[in-house]
Amino acid sequence: MPSDTNTATSYATASTSTAHDELRRLESGLDALQTVPLTERGAFRRTLDGVLPPVLLLLALVVAWQFYTVIADPRPDLYPGPLDVAASIAELWGDGRLQQAVTTSLSRGGAGFLIAVAIGTPLGLLLAEWRLLRRALGPLLSGLQVLPSVAWVPAAIIWFGLTDATVYFVVLMGAVPSIANGLVSGIDQVPPQLRRVGTVLGASRSQLATLVILPAALPGYLSGLKQGWAFSWRSLMAAEIIAMGGSIGFGLGSMLQQSRELADLPAVLATILIILAVGILVELVVFAPVERRLLRRRGLNPGVHR
Amino acid sequence: MNTTTDAPVATPATLAAAGTTSAAPAIRIEGLGKRFGAAGPVVLEDINLTIEPGEFVCLLGASGCGKSTLLNIIAGLEHPTTGTVTVTSGSAAVMFQESALFPWLTAGRNVELALKLRGVPRARRRTQALELLDLVNLADAAHKRPHELSGGMRQRVALARSLAQDRKVLLMDEPFAALDAITRDLLHEELERIWRETGRTIVFVTHNVREAARLGQRVLLMTSRPGRIVNEWRIDDTGPRRIESPEVSRLAIEITDQLREEIRRNAV
Repeated sequence: MPSDTNTATSYATASTSTAHDELRRLESGLDALQTVPLTERGAFRRTLDGVLPPVLLLLALVVAWQFYTVIADPRPDLYPGPLDVAASIAELWGDGRLQQAVTTSLSRGGAGFLIAVAIGTPLGLLLAEWRLLRRALGPLLSGLQVLPSVAWVPAAIIWFGLTDATVYFVVLMGAVPSIANGLVSGIDQVPPQLRRVGTVLGASRSQLATLVILPAALPGYLSGLKQGWAFSWRSLMAAEIIAMGGSIGFGLGSMLQQSRELADLPAVLATILIILAVGILVELVVFAPVERRLLRRRGLNPGVHR
Repeated sequence: MNTTTDAPVATPATLAAAGTTSAAPAIRIEGLGKRFGAAGPVVLEDINLTIEPGEFVCLLGASGCGKSTLLNIIAGLEHPTTGTVTVTSGSAAVMFQESALFPWLTAGRNVELALKLRGVPRARRRTQALELLDLVNLADAAHKRPHELSGGMRQRVALARSLAQDRKVLLMDEPFAALDAITRDLLHEELERIWRETGRTIVFVTHNVREAARLGQRVLLMTSRPGRIVNEWRIDDTGPRRIESPEVSRLAIEITDQLREEIRRNAV
């Protein structure tokens, strides 16, 4: 009897181990069938695809503009052509005003944005986790997001005079609500299931926040940061246009206003183009790569083809 | 508990219960009731249940019968209104219908996070995670992110993650409900194998009668409004079964008949 049982057992073990191997092969086969390898285009091709269309469109617009000035021959002081604007940019560059304005504005915009991040992030965290505060402050913050921050310029000038404080105040009033709200909506959109899993896995409150909720909220936070930067840049320009002189340095907004006072339309248009270009450049150089990486890692990138 | 069955594969509960050891049960539920809010509907009523260590129990019922609520209460995610729940080993691992993997982490890191939260030192996490992934035949996919995996693979990573918790009790809330039939069939086999290898106590919630008849050593049928356990079937464990087998079919028919009977009672 015992020997009988023994053979039966060893037979059973052998059969289960082959059955196991078979199961593994079956599973691997199914896995291979059900997963489609991601085909991602190379970096060069992706850049080409991203850069070429807007550049071509821009070129077409400039050519059309040039044709218009040549064919219709309008008053050059009211409707300058692209060549006039280009000459104006060269002149601004030549006397150093362009470099000075870009440096001043960009450093102020960057510093203002970083301060706004430092204020908006903890504020957003507080709002997301403290329900009472959110009920009280939430609507106000959303309202502030709608209020054009230019509206603060007169008050800021009265409070702080023509100093950098005025500029920073206006920038912060524009950017902080966006950043805080972005983080709040990012946290709101964290799937409740992920929190539950975190709890089930035994995460403490702080572990849940740092290991689950914050990483999960990152895409929402990033879009809040992007919007925050856009608001910073806009508010900065508005503040620089209105508040000139005093100890406020010479920024792009000041250059715009100065050109208007001189009725130098090519310089005005040149400055507008530069403000636009700086905004696009910051988006392309700073935010786009971070966002692409973040979304691609989560399989949320529309640029990846299955 | 009115055990009325005399199907060939199912033996009366009393007989099987007599054979169990005197060791402490893995889960003991006494007089459990649950209602949401003071005046809300009664979701669960008078649930009494003892689950032995190493048992594979299927909790079966129509949608809305409170089976998931019962599972959440055992998991400690919700609290009972009346009665007590004791999980002898302290706490339980849980697996949900959605894999709920963290999308920003690779499969390997997802498992490692569970190990980290359990307190496994950093040096040992990587190898342990790989071992666990190998247990579900996914060691090669450790570097992949959840969106690169198929639904079945994601559930297997989730299974590896819940095994990483190293709890004696594993609670599963319709873990295969969203999968196609072929994949589900394979995962049944996988789960059964892991259950036999690891000796875990498994409570498996499902609305799929065949699934319950295929997997469970014991199938508990729940009714709705209020949720109660109305019947149970014990199935002789004679090694792995197949979902297509006549025994499973026969049992499934019997359970379905009673399930329908219970549902008919709710007709106005």
